[in-house]
Amino acid sequence: MITLEHIYWLTGLMMAGVALVNLRDPTNPRRFHNTVFWGIYAITFLVGSRLPDVVNGFLVIGMVLVASIRGLGQGKEEGSSKQAREASATHWGNKLFIPALAIPVVTVLGTVLFKKITLHGAPLVDIKQVTVISLAIATVIALSIGMAMLRPPLFAPINEARRLLDAVGWAAVLPQMLAALGALFAVAGVGTVVSGLAQQWIPLDNPSVVVLTYTIGMAIFTMIMGNAFAAFPVMTAGIGLPLIVQRFGGDPTIMAAIGMLSGFCGTLMTPMAANFNIVPTALLELPDENAVIKVQIPTALILLGANILLMNFLVFRH
Amino acid sequence: MVIGFVLRVNPLLVVTVAGLATGIASGLGPLAVVAAFGKAFITSRYVAIIWLVLPVIGLLEHAGLKERARAVVAGLSGATTSRILLAYFAIRQITAALGLTSLGGHPQMVRPLIAPMAEGAAENRYGELPPKVRNLIRAHAAGVDNIALFFGEDIFIAIGSILLIKGFLDQNGVHVEPSQLAIWAIPTAICAFVIHCTRLLFLERKLRRSVSVAEDET
Repeated sequence: MITLEHIYWLTGLMMAGVALVNLRDPTNPRRFHNTVFWGIYAITFLVGSRLPDVVNGFLVIGMVLVASIRGLGQGKEEGSSKQAREASATHWGNKLFIPALAIPVVTVLGTVLFKKITLHGAPLVDIKQVTVISLAIATVIALSIGMAMLRPPLFAPINEARRLLDAVGWAAVLPQMLAALGALFAVAGVGTVVSGLAQQWIPLDNPSVVVLTYTIGMAIFTMIMGNAFAAFPVMTAGIGLPLIVQRFGGDPTIMAAIGMLSGFCGTLMTPMAANFNIVPTALLELPDENAVIKVQIPTALILLGANILLMNFLVFRH
Repeated sequence: MVIGFVLRVNPLLVVTVAGLATGIASGLGPLAVVAAFGKAFITSRYVAIIWLVLPVIGLLEHAGLKERARAVVAGLSGATTSRILLAYFAIRQITAALGLTSLGGHPQMVRPLIAPMAEGAAENRYGELPPKVRNLIRAHAAGVDNIALFFGEDIFIAIGSILLIKGFLDQNGVHVEPSQLAIWAIPTAICAFVIHCTRLLFLERKLRRSVSVAEDET
Protein backbone atom coordinates (compact mmCIF):
# COMPACT_ATOMS: atom_id res chain seq x y z
CA MET A 1 0.00 0.00 0.00
CA ILE A 2 1.24 3.48 -0.83
CA THR A 3 1.10 5.66 2.27
CA LEU A 4 1.95 9.25 3.08
CA GLU A 5 5.37 8.05 4.30
CA HIS A 6 6.37 7.04 0.74
CA ILE A 7 5.33 10.46 -0.54
CA TYR A 8 7.49 12.03 2.19
CA TRP A 9 10.46 10.01 0.96
CA LEU A 10 9.88 11.34 -2.56
CA THR A 11 9.63 14.92 -1.27
CA GLY A 12 12.76 14.34 0.83
CA LEU A 13 14.67 13.14 -2.25
CA MET A 14 13.65 16.26 -4.15
CA MET A 15 14.74 18.51 -1.26
CA ALA A 16 18.05 16.62 -1.04
CA GLY A 17 18.52 17.17 -4.78
CA VAL A 18 17.85 20.87 -4.37
CA ALA A 19 20.46 20.99 -1.58
CA LEU A 20 23.06 19.23 -3.77
CA VAL A 21 22.48 21.46 -6.80
CA ASN A 22 22.98 24.47 -4.54
CA LEU A 23 26.18 22.97 -3.09
CA ARG A 24 27.67 22.63 -6.59
CA ASP A 25 26.62 26.11 -7.76
CA PRO A 26 29.32 28.76 -7.19
CA THR A 27 27.04 31.50 -8.64
CA ASN A 28 24.91 31.40 -5.46
CA PRO A 29 26.61 33.68 -2.91
CA ARG A 30 24.95 31.84 -0.01
CA ARG A 31 25.15 28.34 -1.38
CA PHE A 32 26.18 26.72 1.92
CA HIS A 33 23.24 28.33 3.72
CA ASN A 34 20.89 26.98 1.05
CA THR A 35 22.50 23.55 1.17
CA VAL A 36 22.13 23.28 4.95
CA PHE A 37 18.56 24.64 4.89
CA TRP A 38 17.19 22.32 2.21
CA GLY A 39 19.44 19.49 3.47
CA ILE A 40 17.91 19.57 6.96
CA TYR A 41 14.45 19.87 5.42
CA ALA A 42 15.23 16.75 3.36
CA ILE A 43 16.19 14.89 6.56
CA THR A 44 12.85 15.73 8.21
CA PHE A 45 11.08 14.15 5.24
CA LEU A 46 13.34 11.12 4.81
CA VAL A 47 13.72 9.98 8.44
CA GLY A 48 11.63 12.48 10.46
CA SER A 49 9.03 9.84 11.29
CA ARG A 50 11.66 7.68 13.01
CA LEU A 51 13.60 10.40 14.87
CA PRO A 52 12.68 11.36 18.45
CA ASP A 53 10.47 14.49 18.66
CA VAL A 54 13.15 16.50 20.41
CA VAL A 55 15.70 15.82 17.62
CA ASN A 56 13.17 16.96 15.03
CA GLY A 57 12.58 20.06 17.14
CA PHE A 58 16.27 20.95 17.10
CA LEU A 59 16.48 20.25 13.35
CA VAL A 60 13.67 22.74 12.76
CA ILE A 61 15.32 25.33 15.00
CA GLY A 62 18.53 24.77 13.01
CA MET A 63 16.70 25.47 9.74
CA VAL A 64 15.15 28.62 11.16
CA LEU A 65 18.53 29.91 12.35
CA VAL A 66 20.18 29.25 8.98
CA ALA A 67 17.34 31.10 7.21
CA SER A 68 17.31 34.08 9.56
CA ILE A 69 21.05 34.66 10.08
CA ARG A 70 22.23 36.33 6.87
CA GLY A 71 19.51 34.48 4.96
CA LEU A 72 19.35 32.32 1.87
CA GLY A 73 20.60 33.18 -1.62
CA GLN A 74 19.78 32.36 -5.21
CA GLY A 75 21.96 31.12 -8.06
CA LYS A 76 22.18 33.13 -11.28
CA GLU A 77 19.51 32.06 -13.72
CA GLU A 78 21.02 29.67 -16.19
CA GLY A 79 20.46 29.43 -19.91
CA SER A 80 16.91 29.88 -21.07
CA SER A 81 16.59 33.25 -22.79
CA LYS A 82 13.21 34.71 -23.68
CA GLN A 83 13.91 34.11 -27.39
CA ALA A 84 14.75 30.45 -26.75
CA ARG A 85 11.56 29.99 -24.74
CA GLU A 86 9.44 31.69 -27.39
CA ALA A 87 10.97 29.54 -30.13
CA SER A 88 10.33 26.44 -28.05
CA ALA A 89 6.75 27.58 -27.35
CA THR A 90 6.10 27.91 -31.08
CA HIS A 91 7.73 24.55 -31.75
CA TRP A 92 5.70 22.59 -29.18
CA GLY A 93 2.46 24.56 -29.41
CA ASN A 94 -0.47 23.44 -27.29
CA LYS A 95 1.21 20.12 -26.51
CA LEU A 96 2.96 22.01 -23.71
CA PHE A 97 -0.35 22.11 -21.86
CA ILE A 98 -0.65 18.31 -21.73
CA PRO A 99 1.75 17.66 -18.83
CA ALA A 100 0.58 20.79 -16.99
CA LEU A 101 -3.08 19.82 -17.18
CA ALA A 102 -2.24 16.20 -16.40
CA ILE A 103 -1.53 17.28 -12.80
CA PRO A 104 -5.10 18.35 -11.89
CA VAL A 105 -6.75 15.71 -14.09
CA VAL A 106 -4.77 12.79 -12.65
CA THR A 107 -5.19 14.13 -9.11
CA VAL A 108 -8.95 14.25 -9.48
CA LEU A 109 -9.12 10.85 -11.18
CA GLY A 110 -6.89 9.44 -8.44
CA THR A 111 -9.09 10.69 -5.62
CA VAL A 112 -12.05 8.96 -7.26
CA LEU A 113 -10.45 5.75 -8.55
CA PHE A 114 -7.96 4.87 -5.80
CA LYS A 115 -10.85 4.35 -3.41
CA LYS A 116 -11.99 1.45 -5.57
CA ILE A 117 -8.68 -0.20 -6.52
CA THR A 118 -7.49 -2.98 -4.23
CA LEU A 119 -4.44 -5.23 -4.34
CA HIS A 120 -4.77 -8.64 -2.62
CA GLY A 121 -7.75 -7.27 -0.71
CA ALA A 122 -5.90 -4.21 0.64
CA PRO A 123 -6.39 -0.77 -0.92
CA LEU A 124 -3.60 0.37 -3.25
CA VAL A 125 -3.19 3.68 -1.46
CA ASP A 126 -3.99 4.91 2.04
CA ILE A 127 -7.63 6.04 1.63
CA LYS A 128 -7.46 8.59 4.42
CA GLN A 129 -4.76 10.51 2.52
CA VAL A 130 -6.04 9.84 -0.98
CA THR A 131 -6.00 13.46 -2.22
CA VAL A 132 -2.43 14.21 -1.19
CA ILE A 133 -1.16 10.87 -2.49
CA SER A 134 -3.03 11.36 -5.79
CA LEU A 135 -1.44 14.79 -6.16
CA ALA A 136 2.02 13.32 -5.63
CA ILE A 137 1.39 10.51 -8.12
CA ALA A 138 0.01 13.05 -10.59
CA THR A 139 3.22 15.08 -10.43
CA VAL A 140 5.27 11.93 -11.14
CA ILE A 141 3.08 11.07 -14.14
CA ALA A 142 3.15 14.65 -15.43
CA LEU A 143 6.94 14.72 -15.10
CA SER A 144 7.24 11.42 -16.98
CA ILE A 145 5.09 12.77 -19.82
CA GLY A 146 7.14 15.97 -19.87
CA MET A 147 10.46 14.09 -19.93
CA ALA A 148 9.30 11.74 -22.71
CA MET A 149 8.01 14.65 -24.77
CA LEU A 150 10.74 17.27 -24.33
CA ARG A 151 13.74 14.95 -23.82
CA PRO A 152 15.73 17.40 -21.68
CA PRO A 153 19.01 16.45 -19.94
CA LEU A 154 18.43 13.92 -17.13
CA PHE A 155 19.03 16.38 -14.30
CA ALA A 156 16.98 19.23 -15.82
CA PRO A 157 13.93 18.63 -13.55
CA ILE A 158 15.91 18.91 -10.35
CA ASN A 159 17.75 22.00 -11.62
CA GLU A 160 14.41 23.58 -12.48
CA ALA A 161 12.96 22.60 -9.10
CA ARG A 162 15.97 24.26 -7.47
CA ARG A 163 15.42 27.45 -9.47
CA LEU A 164 11.74 27.71 -8.48
CA LEU A 165 12.19 26.61 -4.87
CA ASP A 166 15.01 29.07 -4.25
CA ALA A 167 12.84 31.80 -5.81
CA VAL A 168 10.24 31.05 -3.14
CA GLY A 169 12.96 30.63 -0.51
CA TRP A 170 12.16 30.14 3.18
CA ALA A 171 8.52 31.10 2.50
CA ALA A 172 8.14 27.55 1.16
CA VAL A 173 8.43 26.22 4.73
CA LEU A 174 6.26 28.92 6.36
CA PRO A 175 2.85 27.25 5.82
CA GLN A 176 4.06 24.07 7.48
CA MET A 177 5.55 26.09 10.33
CA LEU A 178 2.26 27.92 10.87
CA ALA A 179 0.33 24.65 10.84
CA ALA A 180 2.69 23.47 13.59
CA LEU A 181 2.12 26.71 15.51
CA GLY A 182 -1.66 26.23 15.31
CA ALA A 183 -1.27 22.77 16.82
CA LEU A 184 0.80 24.24 19.67
CA PHE A 185 -1.80 26.97 20.29
CA ALA A 186 -4.47 24.31 20.57
CA VAL A 187 -2.38 22.31 23.07
CA ALA A 188 -1.70 25.43 25.14
CA GLY A 189 -5.40 26.43 25.24
CA VAL A 190 -5.00 29.93 23.76
CA GLY A 191 -8.64 29.85 22.62
CA THR A 192 -10.29 29.62 26.04
CA VAL A 193 -8.43 32.73 27.15
CA VAL A 194 -9.65 34.73 24.15
CA SER A 195 -13.32 33.76 24.39
CA GLY A 196 -13.21 34.49 28.14
CA LEU A 197 -12.05 38.01 27.35
CA ALA A 198 -14.81 38.52 24.77
CA GLN A 199 -17.54 37.35 27.17
CA GLN A 200 -16.22 39.68 29.83
CA TRP A 201 -15.97 42.87 27.77
CA ILE A 202 -18.73 42.84 25.16
CA PRO A 203 -22.44 43.38 26.05
CA LEU A 204 -23.87 40.13 24.80
CA ASP A 205 -27.57 40.50 25.69
CA ASN A 206 -28.74 41.53 22.20
CA PRO A 207 -28.92 38.84 19.47
CA SER A 208 -27.55 41.16 16.77
CA VAL A 209 -24.57 42.12 18.91
CA VAL A 210 -23.90 38.44 19.55
CA VAL A 211 -24.01 37.64 15.83
CA LEU A 212 -21.71 40.59 15.17
CA THR A 213 -19.27 39.40 17.85
CA TYR A 214 -19.32 35.82 16.60
CA THR A 215 -18.77 36.61 12.91
CA ILE A 216 -16.20 39.37 13.39
CA GLY A 217 -14.57 37.30 16.12
CA MET A 218 -14.25 34.38 13.68
CA ALA A 219 -12.59 36.69 11.14
CA ILE A 220 -10.18 38.31 13.60
CA PHE A 221 -9.30 35.09 15.37
CA THR A 222 -8.70 33.45 11.99
CA MET A 223 -6.37 36.32 11.10
CA ILE A 224 -4.37 35.71 14.29
CA MET A 225 -4.23 31.93 13.91
CA GLY A 226 -3.96 31.95 10.11
CA ASN A 227 -6.62 29.26 9.89
CA ALA A 228 -10.41 29.25 10.29
CA PHE A 229 -10.25 25.64 11.48
CA ALA A 230 -8.37 26.79 14.58
CA ALA A 231 -10.74 29.70 15.23
CA PHE A 232 -13.99 27.78 14.79
CA PRO A 233 -13.91 25.55 17.91
CA VAL A 234 -12.83 28.48 20.07
CA MET A 235 -15.45 30.99 18.91
CA THR A 236 -18.24 28.43 18.65
CA ALA A 237 -17.65 26.99 22.11
CA GLY A 238 -17.19 30.47 23.59
CA ILE A 239 -19.93 32.48 21.88
CA GLY A 240 -21.80 30.57 19.17
CA LEU A 241 -23.28 27.63 21.10
CA PRO A 242 -23.92 29.24 24.52
CA LEU A 243 -25.35 32.51 23.20
CA ILE A 244 -26.61 32.25 19.61
CA VAL A 245 -28.00 28.73 19.93
CA GLN A 246 -28.85 28.25 23.59
CA ARG A 247 -29.84 31.70 24.79
CA PHE A 248 -31.38 33.13 21.62
CA GLY A 249 -32.56 29.90 19.98
CA GLY A 250 -30.57 30.27 16.75
CA ASP A 251 -30.21 27.43 14.26
CA PRO A 252 -26.85 25.67 14.84
CA THR A 253 -26.47 24.56 11.20
CA ILE A 254 -26.84 28.05 9.76
CA MET A 255 -24.67 29.54 12.49
CA ALA A 256 -21.88 27.04 11.91
CA ALA A 257 -21.95 27.27 8.10
CA ILE A 258 -21.92 31.07 7.93
CA GLY A 259 -19.58 31.31 10.94
CA MET A 260 -16.95 29.19 9.20
CA LEU A 261 -17.29 31.30 6.04
CA SER A 262 -16.81 34.47 8.12
CA GLY A 263 -13.56 32.92 9.26
CA PHE A 264 -12.58 32.41 5.60
CA CYS A 265 -12.99 36.19 5.11
CA GLY A 266 -10.29 36.54 7.77
CA THR A 267 -8.06 34.05 5.96
CA LEU A 268 -8.02 36.40 2.95
CA MET A 269 -6.60 39.24 5.04
CA THR A 270 -3.74 37.70 7.02
CA PRO A 271 -0.07 36.96 6.32
CA MET A 272 -0.45 34.09 8.79
CA ALA A 273 -2.30 32.15 6.06
CA ALA A 274 1.04 31.98 4.29
CA ASN A 275 0.29 29.28 1.74
CA PHE A 276 -2.63 31.29 0.33
CA ASN A 277 -1.31 34.83 0.73
CA ILE A 278 2.50 34.93 1.03
CA VAL A 279 3.71 31.95 -1.01
CA PRO A 280 1.95 33.17 -4.21
CA THR A 281 3.71 36.56 -3.99
CA ALA A 282 7.00 34.66 -4.01
CA LEU A 283 5.84 32.34 -6.80
CA LEU A 284 4.67 35.26 -8.95
CA GLU A 285 7.82 37.28 -8.17
CA LEU A 286 5.92 40.22 -6.68
CA PRO A 287 8.12 42.78 -4.86
CA ASP A 288 5.44 43.49 -2.20
CA GLU A 289 4.80 40.42 -0.06
CA ASN A 290 1.39 41.79 0.94
CA ALA A 291 0.29 42.36 -2.69
CA VAL A 292 -2.18 39.45 -2.72
CA ILE A 293 -3.66 40.42 0.66
CA LYS A 294 -4.17 43.98 -0.57
CA VAL A 295 -6.26 42.93 -3.58
CA GLN A 296 -8.29 40.56 -1.40
CA ILE A 297 -9.13 42.92 1.48
CA PRO A 298 -12.04 44.80 -0.22
CA THR A 299 -13.79 41.55 -1.18
CA ALA A 300 -13.12 40.09 2.28
CA LEU A 301 -14.62 43.07 4.12
CA ILE A 302 -17.71 43.40 1.90
CA LEU A 303 -18.27 39.66 2.13
CA LEU A 304 -17.90 39.70 5.91
CA GLY A 305 -20.60 42.41 5.98
CA ALA A 306 -22.77 40.19 3.78
CA ASN A 307 -22.21 37.26 6.16
CA ILE A 308 -23.24 39.36 9.16
CA LEU A 309 -26.48 40.37 7.41
CA LEU A 310 -27.16 36.82 6.19
CA MET A 311 -26.69 35.34 9.64
CA ASN A 312 -28.90 38.01 11.23
CA PHE A 313 -31.70 37.30 8.75
CA LEU A 314 -31.40 33.53 8.60
CA VAL A 315 -30.24 32.14 11.92
CA PHE A 316 -33.21 33.14 14.11
CA ARG A 317 -36.07 32.34 11.71
CA HIS A 318 -37.00 28.69 11.43
CA MET B 1 4.12 37.81 17.20
CA VAL B 2 2.41 40.80 15.59
CA ILE B 3 5.36 42.90 16.79
CA GLY B 4 7.74 40.54 15.01
CA PHE B 5 5.88 40.90 11.72
CA VAL B 6 5.81 44.69 12.09
CA LEU B 7 9.57 44.77 12.71
CA ARG B 8 10.07 42.67 9.56
CA VAL B 9 12.10 39.99 11.30
CA ASN B 10 12.19 36.76 9.28
CA PRO B 11 8.67 35.31 9.77
CA LEU B 12 10.08 31.81 10.26
CA LEU B 13 11.96 33.09 13.30
CA VAL B 14 8.88 34.94 14.57
CA VAL B 15 6.71 31.84 14.32
CA THR B 16 9.32 29.66 15.99
CA VAL B 17 9.78 32.06 18.90
CA ALA B 18 5.99 32.45 19.23
CA GLY B 19 5.61 28.67 19.32
CA LEU B 20 8.35 28.15 21.88
CA ALA B 21 7.02 31.01 24.04
CA THR B 22 3.47 29.62 23.92
CA GLY B 23 4.77 26.23 25.03
CA ILE B 24 6.76 27.67 27.92
CA ALA B 25 3.82 29.87 28.98
CA SER B 26 1.65 26.77 29.22
CA GLY B 27 4.10 25.26 31.69
CA LEU B 28 6.22 22.85 29.63
CA GLY B 29 9.98 22.48 30.24
CA PRO B 30 12.41 23.72 27.55
CA LEU B 31 13.16 20.29 26.08
CA ALA B 32 9.49 19.33 26.16
CA VAL B 33 8.66 22.51 24.23
CA VAL B 34 11.27 21.72 21.56
CA ALA B 35 9.89 18.19 21.34
CA ALA B 36 6.30 19.45 21.03
CA PHE B 37 7.36 21.84 18.27
CA GLY B 38 9.29 19.12 16.46
CA LYS B 39 6.32 16.77 16.66
CA ALA B 40 3.91 19.44 15.39
CA PHE B 41 6.28 20.23 12.50
CA ILE B 42 6.65 16.58 11.50
CA THR B 43 2.92 15.89 11.60
CA SER B 44 2.32 18.97 9.40
CA ARG B 45 4.61 17.77 6.59
CA TYR B 46 1.65 17.02 4.30
CA VAL B 47 1.38 20.80 3.74
CA ALA B 48 4.64 20.70 1.75
CA ILE B 49 3.68 17.90 -0.70
CA ILE B 50 2.53 20.57 -3.17
CA TRP B 51 6.19 21.40 -3.92
CA LEU B 52 6.47 18.10 -5.81
CA VAL B 53 4.91 19.96 -8.76
CA LEU B 54 8.01 22.16 -9.14
CA PRO B 55 10.21 19.86 -11.28
CA VAL B 56 7.60 19.43 -14.02
CA ILE B 57 6.37 23.05 -13.88
CA GLY B 58 9.98 24.27 -14.10
CA LEU B 59 10.69 21.95 -17.01
CA LEU B 60 7.62 23.19 -18.90
CA GLU B 61 8.43 26.82 -18.18
CA HIS B 62 11.90 26.23 -19.60
CA ALA B 63 10.21 24.89 -22.73
CA GLY B 64 8.04 28.01 -23.03
CA LEU B 65 4.78 27.14 -21.24
CA LYS B 66 4.10 30.72 -20.09
CA GLU B 67 4.89 32.11 -23.54
CA ARG B 68 2.49 29.60 -25.08
CA ALA B 69 -0.26 30.55 -22.58
CA ARG B 70 0.14 34.19 -23.63
CA ALA B 71 0.11 33.30 -27.32
CA VAL B 72 -3.15 31.37 -26.94
CA VAL B 73 -4.77 34.40 -25.35
CA ALA B 74 -3.42 36.63 -28.13
CA GLY B 75 -5.37 34.47 -30.58
CA LEU B 76 -8.68 35.12 -28.81
CA SER B 77 -9.99 38.50 -29.94
CA GLY B 78 -12.48 38.98 -27.09
CA ALA B 79 -10.06 38.06 -24.30
CA THR B 80 -9.57 40.70 -21.62
CA THR B 81 -7.87 40.39 -18.25
CA SER B 82 -11.25 40.72 -16.53
CA ARG B 83 -12.91 38.07 -18.63
CA ILE B 84 -10.08 35.59 -18.18
CA LEU B 85 -10.09 36.06 -14.42
CA LEU B 86 -13.91 35.90 -14.34
CA ALA B 87 -13.89 32.65 -16.29
CA TYR B 88 -11.26 31.16 -13.99
CA PHE B 89 -13.23 32.32 -10.93
CA ALA B 90 -16.38 30.59 -12.18
CA ILE B 91 -14.58 27.37 -13.10
CA ARG B 92 -12.63 27.29 -9.83
CA GLN B 93 -15.68 27.96 -7.66
CA ILE B 94 -17.92 25.45 -9.42
CA THR B 95 -15.31 22.68 -9.46
CA ALA B 96 -14.49 23.34 -5.78
CA ALA B 97 -18.22 23.07 -5.01
CA LEU B 98 -18.14 19.64 -6.68
CA GLY B 99 -15.26 18.61 -4.44
CA LEU B 100 -12.58 19.04 -7.11
CA THR B 101 -10.49 21.43 -5.01
CA SER B 102 -7.23 20.15 -6.50
CA LEU B 103 -8.05 21.48 -9.99
CA GLY B 104 -6.42 24.83 -9.21
CA GLY B 105 -3.66 26.15 -6.99
CA HIS B 106 -0.90 28.72 -7.19
CA PRO B 107 2.12 26.59 -8.17
CA GLN B 108 0.32 24.36 -10.67
CA MET B 109 -2.27 26.69 -12.28
CA VAL B 110 -1.81 30.37 -11.42
CA ARG B 111 1.93 30.78 -12.01
CA PRO B 112 2.28 28.75 -15.22
CA LEU B 113 -1.13 29.42 -16.84
CA ILE B 114 -3.62 31.88 -15.36
CA ALA B 115 -1.27 34.78 -14.55
CA PRO B 116 0.47 34.68 -17.97
CA MET B 117 -2.91 34.55 -19.72
CA ALA B 118 -4.25 37.52 -17.74
CA GLU B 119 -1.06 39.48 -18.44
CA GLY B 120 -1.09 38.48 -22.09
CA ALA B 121 -4.64 39.78 -22.53
CA ALA B 122 -3.66 43.13 -21.04
CA GLU B 123 -0.55 43.31 -23.28
CA ASN B 124 -2.72 42.70 -26.34
CA ARG B 125 -4.99 45.59 -25.45
CA TYR B 126 -2.63 48.12 -23.98
CA GLY B 127 0.86 47.19 -25.23
CA GLU B 128 3.85 46.88 -22.94
CA LEU B 129 2.73 46.97 -19.26
CA PRO B 130 4.37 49.07 -16.55
CA PRO B 131 5.72 46.80 -13.75
CA LYS B 132 3.11 48.13 -11.29
CA VAL B 133 0.25 47.11 -13.56
CA ARG B 134 1.81 43.73 -14.28
CA ASN B 135 2.18 43.06 -10.56
CA LEU B 136 -1.42 44.12 -9.90
CA ILE B 137 -2.67 41.63 -12.49
CA ARG B 138 -0.57 38.85 -10.97
CA ALA B 139 -1.83 39.61 -7.45
CA HIS B 140 -5.41 39.48 -8.74
CA ALA B 141 -4.77 36.14 -10.43
CA ALA B 142 -3.62 34.74 -7.07
CA GLY B 143 -6.59 36.32 -5.26
CA VAL B 144 -9.12 34.82 -7.66
CA ASP B 145 -7.77 31.34 -6.95
CA ASN B 146 -8.11 31.85 -3.17
CA ILE B 147 -11.54 33.49 -3.10
CA ALA B 148 -13.17 31.10 -5.56
CA LEU B 149 -11.74 28.13 -3.63
CA PHE B 150 -12.75 29.29 -0.15
CA PHE B 151 -16.33 30.14 -1.06
CA GLY B 152 -16.84 27.16 -3.33
CA GLU B 153 -15.44 24.25 -1.34
CA ASP B 154 -17.90 24.51 1.55
CA ILE B 155 -20.76 23.57 -0.76
CA PHE B 156 -19.22 20.09 -1.06
CA ILE B 157 -20.29 17.85 1.82
CA ALA B 158 -17.09 15.88 2.30
CA ILE B 159 -14.71 18.83 2.57
CA GLY B 160 -12.48 19.30 5.63
CA SER B 161 -14.27 22.31 7.08
CA ILE B 162 -17.71 20.68 6.93
CA LEU B 163 -16.36 17.54 8.60
CA LEU B 164 -14.68 19.67 11.25
CA ILE B 165 -17.93 21.53 11.97
CA LYS B 166 -19.86 18.28 12.24
CA GLY B 167 -17.22 16.66 14.44
CA PHE B 168 -17.03 19.64 16.78
CA LEU B 169 -20.81 20.07 17.12
CA ASP B 170 -21.24 16.33 17.71
CA GLN B 171 -18.77 16.52 20.59
CA ASN B 172 -20.92 19.28 22.06
CA GLY B 173 -24.12 17.29 21.74
CA VAL B 174 -25.53 19.23 18.77
CA HIS B 175 -26.23 17.06 15.73
CA VAL B 176 -26.30 18.58 12.24
CA GLU B 177 -26.43 17.12 8.73
CA PRO B 178 -23.40 17.77 6.46
CA SER B 179 -25.78 18.26 3.52
CA GLN B 180 -27.60 21.02 5.44
CA LEU B 181 -24.30 22.71 6.29
CA ALA B 182 -23.41 22.62 2.60
CA ILE B 183 -26.76 24.15 1.59
CA TRP B 184 -26.34 27.04 4.02
CA ALA B 185 -22.95 27.81 2.49
CA ILE B 186 -24.67 28.67 -0.80
CA PRO B 187 -25.92 32.21 0.04
CA THR B 188 -22.40 33.31 0.97
CA ALA B 189 -20.99 31.60 -2.13
CA ILE B 190 -23.37 33.61 -4.33
CA CYS B 191 -22.45 36.84 -2.52
CA ALA B 192 -18.74 36.07 -3.00
CA PHE B 193 -19.28 35.51 -6.73
CA VAL B 194 -21.25 38.73 -7.19
CA ILE B 195 -18.90 40.87 -5.09
CA HIS B 196 -15.65 39.65 -6.54
CA CYS B 197 -16.78 39.51 -10.14
CA THR B 198 -18.03 43.11 -9.88
CA ARG B 199 -14.59 44.07 -8.64
CA LEU B 200 -12.96 42.22 -11.53
CA LEU B 201 -15.08 44.18 -14.02
CA PHE B 202 -13.86 47.41 -12.43
CA LEU B 203 -10.30 46.06 -12.63
CA GLU B 204 -10.38 46.27 -16.44
CA ARG B 205 -11.27 49.95 -16.25
CA LYS B 206 -8.52 50.53 -13.71
CA LEU B 207 -5.96 48.79 -15.93
CA ARG B 208 -6.89 50.94 -18.92
CA ARG B 209 -6.56 54.08 -16.85
CA SER B 210 -3.28 53.21 -15.12
CA VAL B 211 -1.62 52.19 -18.41
CA SER B 212 -2.58 55.50 -20.03
CA VAL B 213 -1.39 57.43 -16.95
CA ALA B 214 1.96 55.63 -17.14
CA GLU B 215 2.23 56.59 -20.81
CA ASP B 216 1.54 60.24 -20.06
CA GLU B 217 4.29 60.25 -17.46
CA THR B 218 6.94 58.94 -19.85
